[in-house]
Amino acid sequence: MSAVLLIARRELSAHLRTMSGFIIAAAVLLVDGILFNAFALGAQQDKHSAEVLSDFFYYSSGTTMIAAVFLSMRLLAEERQNGTLVLLTSSPVRDREIILGKFFSAFAFLAMVTLATAFMPALIMVNGKLSIGQVAAGYLGLLLLGSAALAIGTLGSTLARSQVLAAILSGAMLVGLIVVWLLAAVSERPLNDVFLALALWGRHFPPFQAGVINLRDVAYYLLVTYFALFAATRVLEARRWQ
Amino acid sequence: MIEVRELTKYYGERAAIRDLNFDIRPGEVVGFLGLNGAGKTTTLKILGCVLLPSSGQVRIDGLEVTAEPHEVRRKIGFLPDVPPLYDEMTVGGYLAFAARLRGVTGRDTPARVQESEDKLALRDMHDEIIGNLSYGFRQRVGVAQALVHRPRLLILDEPSAGLDPVQIVEMRNLVRRLRGEHTVLISSHFLAEISQTCDRLLVIQAGEIVAQGTEEEIAATLGTPGEIEVALRGPATSALDLARQVPGVLDVQIVHSAAHETVLKIRAREDCRPEIARALVLAGHQLLRLDRGAARLESIFIELTHREKLS
Repeated sequence: MSAVLLIARRELSAHLRTMSGFIIAAAVLLVDGILFNAFALGAQQDKHSAEVLSDFFYYSSGTTMIAAVFLSMRLLAEERQNGTLVLLTSSPVRDREIILGKFFSAFAFLAMVTLATAFMPALIMVNGKLSIGQVAAGYLGLLLLGSAALAIGTLGSTLARSQVLAAILSGAMLVGLIVVWLLAAVSERPLNDVFLALALWGRHFPPFQAGVINLRDVAYYLLVTYFALFAATRVLEARRWQ
Repeated sequence: MIEVRELTKYYGERAAIRDLNFDIRPGEVVGFLGLNGAGKTTTLKILGCVLLPSSGQVRIDGLEVTAEPHEVRRKIGFLPDVPPLYDEMTVGGYLAFAARLRGVTGRDTPARVQESEDKLALRDMHDEIIGNLSYGFRQRVGVAQALVHRPRLLILDEPSAGLDPVQIVEMRNLVRRLRGEHTVLISSHFLAEISQTCDRLLVIQAGEIVAQGTEEEIAATLGTPGEIEVALRGPATSALDLARQVPGVLDVQIVHSAAHETVLKIRAREDCRPEIARALVLAGHQLLRLDRGAARLESIFIELTHREKLS
């Protein structure tokens, strides 16, 4: 078994054995359920199923990003706080394997929680007409967005010395990437194009909500994930020099 | 086994260790002594490939730690000052995880886990959750994770810290049992532990090695007299004079005198226990006990750290 899988498996079992993992999962399902009932379904009677589903993905994207911050904050900051990181850093394991193992465990847990919300689209399907393609695209979007948010959270957790600081740092980076489209509104071309292209949510997520998969959006989320994990690896390597 | 040359580590502008030079031969058990903040943990972390040095060279088993850290880590078992334990795991699960991380195959892992549990008397704790263990058992699990992959070099940073007297004796016995199987570098504040388990000492003060060698070698360099304690049955007025006549003896004092036992403290230039024993027994005294004073290493340590502070 590779070191990445070994670390990921241990981390995932830690998520499943501790209360924090279940609290996050329960909170995501509860908040998603409330938002689905209160806003996605709403009081409007003549709403199309596709619109309800699109709204469901809209609200779920928010809970997914918040869950990603809370899941990732413990990844490295907790290990540093508890002094357990030295078990990994003194073993014949590369720093990138540590980061990837941690990231994949959190991603697997987030994916399980995200896919556990599938009963809500199923409810829409029972009472209306639904395109499986839109459901699949929406969930792909949620997973890609979650992946990017988790990678940013992993970077925050690598930088911070405590879990609280990691959550604040990761939240700040995510909010920064979300509101970057506001800068596009007050800047001119070509700068506003750059800001729009960088926007984590406003530009790249809505197509998934509507059931459209653009290669550009998929590539964007994968690139954010890659660069955030790459930066996290560099930070971990740099800590050995400190 | 370990070659350290001009090893320096800076934290910002402050040098935690400066120009360290020492060697450790295969199979040796070496004690690493120093006050808090002297640079022990920094040095051990560099040897354990957790930190990288600012400059200098460290070779472990012929491999340079900065060039081949991955290979070096396979040969090392490292116990930091706080055992790196995951509280939610069982002892067996944790040791298996540590073994797999260090490259032990899936097939060999159960046997290696069992072996390290046996060495540390942890077999009954195999299925216990680590978070429920007492401090002493946690420390043992920490040592077991360092041993589980049968490393050539074992680095133990304060393995006895926080243990009760019985656990300290158990830890000392464990280190003795490791002799021959592993090269051991052990840091500790318990000077008696170091004195009784180590072949050689490295003394670090303010980031620099101020003395290295056997206890006798360091004592000879410092001119620190040896201290010998003798217990005899009954009153021993003549023993005082007999001991004083032994070559090398500087001073003899009665520590305790009673009808059934007398204890003498002898300060000597060197270890002259055989000569003292012979003189007393030939004179008809009943020897109950004769050993080197426990305070000897203490006085060496205080002398060294005091000298450095003054300089």
